[in-house]
Amino acid sequence: MVNLQNVTKIFPARSNGQVTRALDDVSFKINKKEFVSIAGKSGAGKTTLLKLILAEIKPTSGQIFFDGEDFSKIKPGRLPQLRRKIGAVFQDYKLLPSKNVYENIAYIMEVIGVSDEEITRDVPQVLEIVGLKEKSQNFPAELSAGERQRVAIARALIHRPEVILADEPTGNLDPYNTLDIVRLLLKIHQLGTTVVLATHKKEIINSLQKRVITLEKGRIIRDEENGRFVF
Amino acid sequence: MSVATCFIMVITILLGSSLFLLKDINQFLTSSIQEKADISVYFKEDAAEEEIFNLEEELSKIPEVKDIKYISKEKALEEFTKKHKDESSLMESLAEVGGNPFLAALNIKAFEASQYQAVVNFLENPDFENLIEKVDYYQRKPIIEKIFALTVGMKNTGLVISIILAIVAVLVTFNTIRLAILNQGEEIRIQRLVGASNWFIRAPFLVQGAIAGFFATLISLLIFSLICLFLSPKIEILFSDLNIWNFFTKNFSTIILLQLATGILLGMISSTIAIRKYLKV
Repeated sequence: MVNLQNVTKIFPARSNGQVTRALDDVSFKINKKEFVSIAGKSGAGKTTLLKLILAEIKPTSGQIFFDGEDFSKIKPGRLPQLRRKIGAVFQDYKLLPSKNVYENIAYIMEVIGVSDEEITRDVPQVLEIVGLKEKSQNFPAELSAGERQRVAIARALIHRPEVILADEPTGNLDPYNTLDIVRLLLKIHQLGTTVVLATHKKEIINSLQKRVITLEKGRIIRDEENGRFVF
Repeated sequence: MSVATCFIMVITILLGSSLFLLKDINQFLTSSIQEKADISVYFKEDAAEEEIFNLEEELSKIPEVKDIKYISKEKALEEFTKKHKDESSLMESLAEVGGNPFLAALNIKAFEASQYQAVVNFLENPDFENLIEKVDYYQRKPIIEKIFALTVGMKNTGLVISIILAIVAVLVTFNTIRLAILNQGEEIRIQRLVGASNWFIRAPFLVQGAIAGFFATLISLLIFSLICLFLSPKIEILFSDLNIWNFFTKNFSTIILLQLATGILLGMISSTIAIRKYLKV
């Protein structure tokens, strides 16, 4: 499904004149229907890793395959189609500020070219799942952090993607909301979707009892089934 | 895209249309000034009309000659009295001279100032020596050359100013649209990340650009026609043959097309360029 081979990402020098080696020779494979957690401290390279899988940034060296297709050899016109197979939940939600909750979710279906009937049928359903049915006419600015995160997850779910990439989806949430979101992700996984969850929260990783890839300073230091959060 | 964008586009379109108008006014003015440049050949008192007509025919064969007009002795007298009938001293002196003191003449116009010399060379042929009293080219030469230099200068300055203004206007419009799209940059990036294709993102902006252009065109057309309508009588006082309202109505379809093209294309092209960099994600 997702396959990284010797991927290195170096960000150019900023004011201090030192380049940032965000990822260093990273290789791993994620199979279909797997639930993988990417663990690591802040700055370990978790977000960079997910950005690479979404082709938001390009690797400095190495290759990334998604469904057998090499990202570096992909034509620009094909990229949107690949991204539609991915549902991304971003750390900063990345909701469209000028659209309300309903429209934010419906937008993804419009992008894919789904009929209007399906949109009016599916969007309330998914809002029901994330428990935001009453807020469908609100704009992102009117929602709390937890609600925004749930909209982001609803948006990532709506088109039944093959993979969900979740980058610190619980980063700004209190323990109650955190639990909700994790349960939601597990439910999605049980329905047959591959889930990649990046987080620095010990409790989440330990409670999941799934595969854990641990990053430190851009390198994989551990990759184990049924892993635990170890530092 | 806002009212401000529309307003800036109105200015650009108005500028474009007035350049179109000015170009024509300029052409009219230069040709009417050039009309005034000519040379006259005066014939001797005893020259037969037949011989003059022969010469006129010969002259018309010269390619540089644009127009020849024959003015007989009688016509010259008639025109003079008509022009100066209120100036008693002139009329008195004319009566004192008695008879008709005027000479028959040919007024010759050439296409360009430099071409008069060729005509004069032809007239200085000794064959015509006993026919021609004088050619007034040498007195008029400096004026003729000045007139032609002036009109060429007018054309060139007009062209340069037009081009500079047009460039400035386009840049200002482009920048306004760029600013209007600037705060939507993040939104466009998000749309890309959730899998929207470039055309899916671009289309609404293009439509907005075109709509802004369309409304800007309507407003400009209104302003432009009002300007033409109210300015027309005032300009006619200055230059009697120049009626810009007529010009406006005659070229109405061209002006509409010109304005629509400027407005819609400007809006669409500016939008396309402005969102290009956000589509690179």
